Amino acid sequence: MSAAFTSIHAGPTPPVPARPSVAGRTMLATVALAVVFGLAGRVVELRPLELVRDIGNVGVFLRGYLHPSFGNVGEYAWQCVVTVCIALWGTVLALMVSVPLGLLGARNLSPHPLVYFIARRLMDVLRAVNEFVFALMFVTAVGLGPFAGMLALGIHTGGVLGKLLSETIESVDPGQVEGVAAVGAGRLHVIAFGVVPQVLPNFLSYVLLRLESDIRSASVIGMVGGGGIGFYLWDTIRSFKDGEAATVILLIVAMVMCIDVVSARVRRAAI
Amino acid sequence: MVADRSPAVTLDAVAKVFPGKAAPALADLCATIEPGQFVAVIGKSGAGKTTLLRCLSRAVPVTSGTIRFDRTDLAKLRGAALRAHRARVGMIYQQFNLVRRLAVIDNVLIGRLARLRGWARWAALAHRFDAKQRAIAFRCLDHVGLLDRVWQRTDTLSGGEQQRVAIAKILAQEPTVVLADEPVASLDLSNGRLVMQTLRRVASAVGITVVATLHHVDHARNYADRILGLKAGRLVFDGPASQLTDAALFEIFGEFLTEPGRSEGERLGELAAS
Repeated sequence: MSAAFTSIHAGPTPPVPARPSVAGRTMLATVALAVVFGLAGRVVELRPLELVRDIGNVGVFLRGYLHPSFGNVGEYAWQCVVTVCIALWGTVLALMVSVPLGLLGARNLSPHPLVYFIARRLMDVLRAVNEFVFALMFVTAVGLGPFAGMLALGIHTGGVLGKLLSETIESVDPGQVEGVAAVGAGRLHVIAFGVVPQVLPNFLSYVLLRLESDIRSASVIGMVGGGGIGFYLWDTIRSFKDGEAATVILLIVAMVMCIDVVSARVRRAAI
Repeated sequence: MVADRSPAVTLDAVAKVFPGKAAPALADLCATIEPGQFVAVIGKSGAGKTTLLRCLSRAVPVTSGTIRFDRTDLAKLRGAALRAHRARVGMIYQQFNLVRRLAVIDNVLIGRLARLRGWARWAALAHRFDAKQRAIAFRCLDHVGLLDRVWQRTDTLSGGEQQRVAIAKILAQEPTVVLADEPVASLDLSNGRLVMQTLRRVASAVGITVVATLHHVDHARNYADRILGLKAGRLVFDGPASQLTDAALFEIFGEFLTEPGRSEGERLGELAAS
């Protein structure tokens, strides 16, 4: 069996071209990374020894949280429902923002480079401005409450999903799009048949991911008056009602876990 | 189909030079293709077959000369007129270019998109077609013998089947000219033969003009009315298969038969053909 290969495997090694050396670049990269992380560590005041020495203080702080008080649990649970509703409608608003922006901001679909540029920059702004800042802004317009929170989440998430959508559209197989355009179909038909089937599974997955993360965001957006469980989280921690705060945190954890389970099921069913 | 007998496609001194390349990809190409002709374009890799087809499909503009479909100058088409032109020209691609995640029926219905009017165009955005359009699609699929695959997702079909779905899509589109760029190059021999037979049969049945690039000389011989031989961007052969002699093949392919690195099967195939 192997005897047949001996004439190839055995014998003198042929002259092999020298392997290009990357040692210098590797060294340089290592030093550069060490400098960057060293300086960044100084900036964030890394003090691991203090953490080890004074870890007991955390225990003292947490002691109050060991005894959750369930007096107001009904109200807190209702606020969790409000939080989920904020995230659900926030996602609807995000879709209304992201689909047009994502289509116009995809290089291969945009009708004009200027439109592309404007759509891209607009999405940058929506992503760069934190949902808390948007919440403060909308509170001045529609007052304190869940509606302001939903608007803030939807606008910010619209920017995020729009960017993800346009990147997904830019990576579609152009041949399949060409196959639709070649029959003389109009631009909207080309999108509906050539692009949508290709991007839908990925986009749905992104939407679910953002819905999960929006529920986490919605659970704190109440801090700035955006409605939902966040207000109680903020209020109970600030007024040292440790038992109440513990209940709120437990409910938030339970809510996020439930949502993860549900969205995993939806993902499996839909994608 | 074609009432007047004006040529289907006219090439007048067509040249194409790609920027940064000294040698032209196409030079001084003149040809008149009559309605209903099945024309095969043969030549070595890099001879300009694909460039010619891309010029015909307006994927790239010509550098000089004119291409006319019927009497329409290709270079002058814009916007709605360009879409109307595309509706009259069917495309068959080497990689099929069907929407892989859609069902077979949807890919055939895509062929109908440019023909929809009024409300039906809006309904189509939601992939909704009325019974009449669906009936046309069923009949087109039946014609290529794939009606049993109608509800399957397109990417579950074999390559040969997908190319026949592409032919059904062309039938639904009702073009006057079909441009086929290496329609069987990514198929095995028997599937390639089946696709070529199907294409030839539907072309004859409805009287469409076909221009196909083919790198297998025997496909060109067996299915084409007329063969155009390209060498280094120039037309060196133009005639029926019966005139494609050994000398003509040598003129087109030059040192082809002694070219190293080609598979034995391909070489034998070419020898058998010549």
